Amino acid sequence: MTWQNSAITITTLLPIVGALGVLLVPKGDDRLVKGIGIAVTGVCLALAIAIAATYDYSATCAAPPCLQFVLNVAWIPVIGARYHVGIDGISMPLYVLTFLLGFLCAIYTGRYVPEPGRIKAFVALTLLLITGMAGTFIAFDLILFFVFWELVLVPMYFLIGVWGSANRQYASIKFFLYTLFGSVFMLLGFLALYFSGPVDALGKHTFDLAALTAFGAGGGYTHLFQLVVFGAIALGFAVKVPMWPFHTWLPDAHTEAPTIGSVLLAGVMLKMGTYGFVRIALPVLPQGAVAYAPWIGGLAAIAIVYAALACLAQKDLKRLIAFSSVGHMGFVMLGIATLTTIGIQAAIFGMVAHGVITGMLFFCVGSIYDRYHTREIADIGGGMSEIMPKMSGIFAFVAIASLGLPGLAGFWGEVMALLGSFSPNTSTVAGLNVGLFRAFMILGGIGTILTAGYFLWMLQRVNMGLAPERWKEHGFRDILTVEWVSWVPLLVLILVLGLIPSIVLNSTEQGVNQIVRIFGG
Amino acid sequence: MTIDYHAILPVLILSGTIVIVLITDLFLSPRHKSASMWVALVGVLATLVAVLSLIGNGDRTTFGGSYQVDAFTIVFQTFFMSAAAVVLLISYRYFREGGFYQGEYYFLLLTSFLGCLLMPASRDLLMLFLALELVSAPGFLMAAFRKSDVKGNEGGLKFFLIGVLSTAVMLYGMSLIYGLTGHLQLAAVSAGLQQLSGAKETLANAAILFVVVGFAFKVSAVPFQFWAPDTYEGSPVPVAAFLGVASSAAGFAGLLQLMFVAFVHEYHFWVPLFVALSLVTMTLGNLVALQQRQVVRLLAYSGIAQTGYILLPFALVSADPAVNHSAFQAAVTYILIYGIMNLGAFAVTTAISSRHPLLRVEDFAGLAKTAPLLATAMTVFMVSLAGVPPTGGFWAKLLIFQAGIQRGGVGVLLAVAMVINSVISVGYYFLIPRAMIFEDAEDQTPFRSPILVTAVVAVAMTALLVIFVVPNTIYRLGEVTSLGFGG
Repeated sequence: MTWQNSAITITTLLPIVGALGVLLVPKGDDRLVKGIGIAVTGVCLALAIAIAATYDYSATCAAPPCLQFVLNVAWIPVIGARYHVGIDGISMPLYVLTFLLGFLCAIYTGRYVPEPGRIKAFVALTLLLITGMAGTFIAFDLILFFVFWELVLVPMYFLIGVWGSANRQYASIKFFLYTLFGSVFMLLGFLALYFSGPVDALGKHTFDLAALTAFGAGGGYTHLFQLVVFGAIALGFAVKVPMWPFHTWLPDAHTEAPTIGSVLLAGVMLKMGTYGFVRIALPVLPQGAVAYAPWIGGLAAIAIVYAALACLAQKDLKRLIAFSSVGHMGFVMLGIATLTTIGIQAAIFGMVAHGVITGMLFFCVGSIYDRYHTREIADIGGGMSEIMPKMSGIFAFVAIASLGLPGLAGFWGEVMALLGSFSPNTSTVAGLNVGLFRAFMILGGIGTILTAGYFLWMLQRVNMGLAPERWKEHGFRDILTVEWVSWVPLLVLILVLGLIPSIVLNSTEQGVNQIVRIFGG
Repeated sequence: MTIDYHAILPVLILSGTIVIVLITDLFLSPRHKSASMWVALVGVLATLVAVLSLIGNGDRTTFGGSYQVDAFTIVFQTFFMSAAAVVLLISYRYFREGGFYQGEYYFLLLTSFLGCLLMPASRDLLMLFLALELVSAPGFLMAAFRKSDVKGNEGGLKFFLIGVLSTAVMLYGMSLIYGLTGHLQLAAVSAGLQQLSGAKETLANAAILFVVVGFAFKVSAVPFQFWAPDTYEGSPVPVAAFLGVASSAAGFAGLLQLMFVAFVHEYHFWVPLFVALSLVTMTLGNLVALQQRQVVRLLAYSGIAQTGYILLPFALVSADPAVNHSAFQAAVTYILIYGIMNLGAFAVTTAISSRHPLLRVEDFAGLAKTAPLLATAMTVFMVSLAGVPPTGGFWAKLLIFQAGIQRGGVGVLLAVAMVINSVISVGYYFLIPRAMIFEDAEDQTPFRSPILVTAVVAVAMTALLVIFVVPNTIYRLGEVTSLGFGG
């Protein structure tokens, strides 16, 4: 047991230990439950930062994935599945982001426990969810990956279904069925990769992602196989992202979920899908990726414009933010579809930025709802800057970050994705159609304008104007200490990522280059 | 001929227990009739010890090859005796408080389990037939144990008539096979069938069809399933648990031997049959289950759907021994894990039936508050039946998907059908957790579940969670059993 081979396992599985601990707390001791939640996620975050700090960013290796902190031991020998975890530059920002948001959510829970209470179950499920999400980013065995991937379903189902708002039952089962439907096809795709994949000296197949990547990148899978299996795997990822037209679960789930559920959904869970594309679908099935890239790019462009138009029509503040996620993830997918270094870099940066910004937006909306007890923009009726100047200032700051103002985190992901689609990867055998991707770029550009439009219009309707008398008499409290504590790290990050994007881009560069090299880039 | 008494020791112990249960009941005062359960339980545990004592002694054969002890036998006998212990424990309160004949019930239950015990060890047609009858005949009586209930009578009678009919058809098929090959032992039958040609081969195929139909009734495969929901609903809940888990698993234990050993070379003929059986059974079971709002009926239709999943590996049999090996392993593993989660679900249902005899889905409302342990466990069972992590049910399904993909061709199509069905099944499996957790009960007083049932439920839940983390052990069980078959 050394720091190198145990750090990731301990960090990832600690929340489960915490969840079991929470269940053992005697009934009624809510403070202890909250305390355990904050302590466990805090330790996890500290460990994750320590991993990031002790990671050797200068190390190079021949083939992707370039892993450190590896632990690779037998798990299910009968089917050849192993417990293979590790981390590389691509996983690192997402892994740290998961624990950061988890920790901030735990702090937020210290003050805000959604109806109907049941704090023990709430904290335990949140901790289980964090393990599932974090595990997805460090699993390098397909079965292990799938287990972590599916581990998030049940806790999120209950978080939405028990602690959600009015339409929660419908939203929770819809979320569950959609994502399950996608992921079971993904599982069949994984099994197909296994049986058609490399065989070792003893005639055994492998689920090991590094081995499958080497095999797939070397052209081990036939073209037809790649087309079929990429479709199956991409379906699972696409539902999770969600790509248009598989997005319909998202507005419901995000809107009905309790605040921290929305934060974790938008902040981390959606990234599992895009991460899957970058980590598994692209490197293992490169020919499939080339064949599907124009379609993915097209759907992404549609998503950007569609989401912006949908946002313009929303009356519910939280639903508006939820729909904006569809557009932002559209930029991420557009970046991936270009199969270029800059595009995939944009995608990963976009994932992190969206996690920080949209997570923060959901915190804001949750706190606004806590004051007004309504999410209808018309009911809020404007004038928030008059009633709660600090809250409205932060809300405006985050909304402007989300619309992609240069200097803030939201900018880089979008502009790099558009740059990538200006010159998509044409060096592959089949090559991507430059004209087509430039059309996507133009659509994306229109999307950014519409995005600015709906966010500014939203700010105008919420922040500006004269506050209705009934709210003024109410005497809302402006931002509370607990909100400052859980928000400041995100606000700082929005600014830092906007000013120094290289803290993420440097970490991911090597891994992305290696993936793009598979496509001859 | 010398008899290997160690090999048949489990059978001897259980037979002795059956006699003791019947006799002690005569001397028990009406107030203490429930003591029979403890006698039966001790006998079952002793049998279990005897089964476990056979581990590591190599394969044993006795009665001229009709009775064999190998990994397959030991795994299934262990499974059946564990299931017997569970059914006994959940029966205790139910039968004591329900005004039933208790001694007779425990006698009948153990007799059925004796049939289960014989089934995996049986290696000739006659033994298989006897074992299957021994499982079924007491089952007819137990299914109608709620004598004053019209539904109980209807269910019992349906079960009896269909059971007898299917047995007759199956026996006819077996007699044809004996006539054609001159053998009863499975290995010899397999060799004999291979040498047939022309009209005799056609007749042999017809005979196989008859035998399959007979077993299809036992495992309630569509279109021979319609007795199951009525019978389950009319039976005492612990009996439904027995029928849904042990009786069905016994049918599969027999069917596995027949299809993977005796009839394996005729797979060209019967594989399409199983493709259709599996597809129709899982789809129909799931679609009808979606309509159910009575929990035992829901579990009955869920059982039909699960039968469809277990039939899937049979449809993968081909000339490739590696695929057959995987298919056999998948079927055995599925049966083992399915047994745990289904017994758990029936155990919870048994507990609830004391407060809500109608057992509608809405009767489970608010259980998360009134009985948190039962509600958590039931959620685990339902999630597991749906095959979603973090539960053992996921690994059961994975192995079948894997065998399907490995088979290729029709296997892939079947796997796709099964994943779609798995998603559909969430629609009804989640009804119960939804009621328990999302809704509030009318009666808010804490629900005190009988201690024995609670213990069983807790063990089953823990088992499923442990299997989720370390699936290898149960996979190993599937693997060792398939070594002697499937090749």
